[in-house]
Amino acid sequence: MRELKILSPTAILGYGFPMASWEEGIRRKPDVIAVDAGSTDPGPYYLGAGLSFTDRTAVKRDLAIMIPAALALGIPVIIGTAGGSGAAPHLQWNREIIEEIAREMNLKFTLAVIPSDISKKTISTALKAGKISPLHPAPALTEADINDAVHIVAQMGTEPITKALDGGAQVILTGRTYDPAVFAAIAVREGYDRGLAVHLGKILECAAIAATPGGGSDCMFGYIGNDYFRVEPLNPIRKCTTLSVAAHTLYEKTNPYILPGPGGTLDLTKTVFTQETERTVHVKGSRFIPSAGYTIKLEGVKKVGCRTVSFATTADPVMIKQIDEITPAVKARVRDNFTEMDDYFLDFKLYGRPDKLGTMGIFNAEEAQPQAAHSQAAELAIIIDAVAPTQETANTLCSFARSTLLHYGYAGRISTAGNLAFPFSPSDVKMGDVFAFSLYHLMEVDDPCEAFPIEYVKLEG
Amino acid sequence: MRYQLPQLASVIRSKNSGPYELTFDIMFKSEAAYRAVADAGVISKEAFAALYGIAPATVMEIVHFDPAHAIKITIERPVHSGDLRETDVYGAQQHAPLMAFSFDLPAEISPC
Repeated sequence: MRELKILSPTAILGYGFPMASWEEGIRRKPDVIAVDAGSTDPGPYYLGAGLSFTDRTAVKRDLAIMIPAALALGIPVIIGTAGGSGAAPHLQWNREIIEEIAREMNLKFTLAVIPSDISKKTISTALKAGKISPLHPAPALTEADINDAVHIVAQMGTEPITKALDGGAQVILTGRTYDPAVFAAIAVREGYDRGLAVHLGKILECAAIAATPGGGSDCMFGYIGNDYFRVEPLNPIRKCTTLSVAAHTLYEKTNPYILPGPGGTLDLTKTVFTQETERTVHVKGSRFIPSAGYTIKLEGVKKVGCRTVSFATTADPVMIKQIDEITPAVKARVRDNFTEMDDYFLDFKLYGRPDKLGTMGIFNAEEAQPQAAHSQAAELAIIIDAVAPTQETANTLCSFARSTLLHYGYAGRISTAGNLAFPFSPSDVKMGDVFAFSLYHLMEVDDPCEAFPIEYVKLEG
Repeated sequence: MRYQLPQLASVIRSKNSGPYELTFDIMFKSEAAYRAVADAGVISKEAFAALYGIAPATVMEIVHFDPAHAIKITIERPVHSGDLRETDVYGAQQHAPLMAFSFDLPAEISPC
């Protein structure tokens, strides 16, 4: 079996790559160029708002290099999780960028677009049929979650991508996709071991992050053979070591040995990492264990309101000492002043407290850090956070909380001109819609492709 | 011998593992340091829960990953990523208590 070669230019489409690394990748004549664009890391906003967390100009720059090079080599380009979240508006956003490149560079090719939006009716039917299960510790799904959702997508596996390759696609743009799938699809299609292909995809999806020194905006090259794969960074300043490649398996995962995905689990308990050359790591023994039924992961968000925030700090030791009494008193003053408003969230996010480090400001680290618990910050950052059903109400709450805190007469006050330092004028910022994750569940499907219809588009320059 | 974690670890980090979990990676400077800490059992669900002031039941998993000389701890995220009480959407700055974590080991680890 010949070695199949996969070029991963960058960790996230739009993060960029140095041209020298890219040219080295092209010189090695890859069989496919693949890139992942997705992540839930930036939080629920981007899926809810239908916006990309990467910049349009940066995404266009990367694609305007990748697409013509791939067409010249006669190899496919596969782009996973368009626009970061992969819902219909994200797919459309990235599709327009590709169409623009085709026009501007006079490129002719077949584009396959694979949406991943799942209708509420489909999910509701699956819920009633007992085909939906929560991913612990996410809560169980309710009909209300389905009804309230703004966008719902499912992560596709390799199968819809393979089907688009069979259909003659030269560029494939997918909705929400299991990150390794865009790298693994061509290898699986050509009969390479699924466990090795998916494990290789797991490494390539973050490009040079798995090298040392790591970097998100640089290329990684993968080779897959009969019973092994190899990875090598293309920038001579980086190398892959057994430690850097093995360590990458830990990243953002719960258990590095058992990695569940569409249709089964990647099992790394028997994986062996070997240093092949100074810069190349050889991997074997990774196995794919198919699950009894084929499940896909749903991701969905709901709108919870509109937000206005105000950034401030305080450096007053008398105020900092009493901050846990002052902020509830300000909240009570706001409540008292606007008794007709009852459906809102008002919070003071405090950064800089020694007793709240690494606790998400919530749980109690006092027991473990008694010294920290009894020491006091020299300066505290305070973010006033108001979330309400309308932007106007959020503005009102934030403004009133800000002015109340600014002039609040706490006990023993010496600094009477104002309690806060504001870095900006205006002090308050309208942040618009606020979303929360509401679906994060597995849905069983009969066919891995049924939820992901393929549209072929002939671009004629 | 008493050690503070950064003496033995080259990487101490936290990050989301999906919106509902927070995961911590400790990668040790040497295999000897990794083995010594793993064998002494100082990083347990109970010890981690005490360090962070959380219920031991919310510590989901502690995995020893030999190929990377790493111990991985995953907990239920106290706030779902991006929910109203959020302070760290990516979960990347929750590692500080581990930087201060100190413990006894039965023998001295050779410098690495």
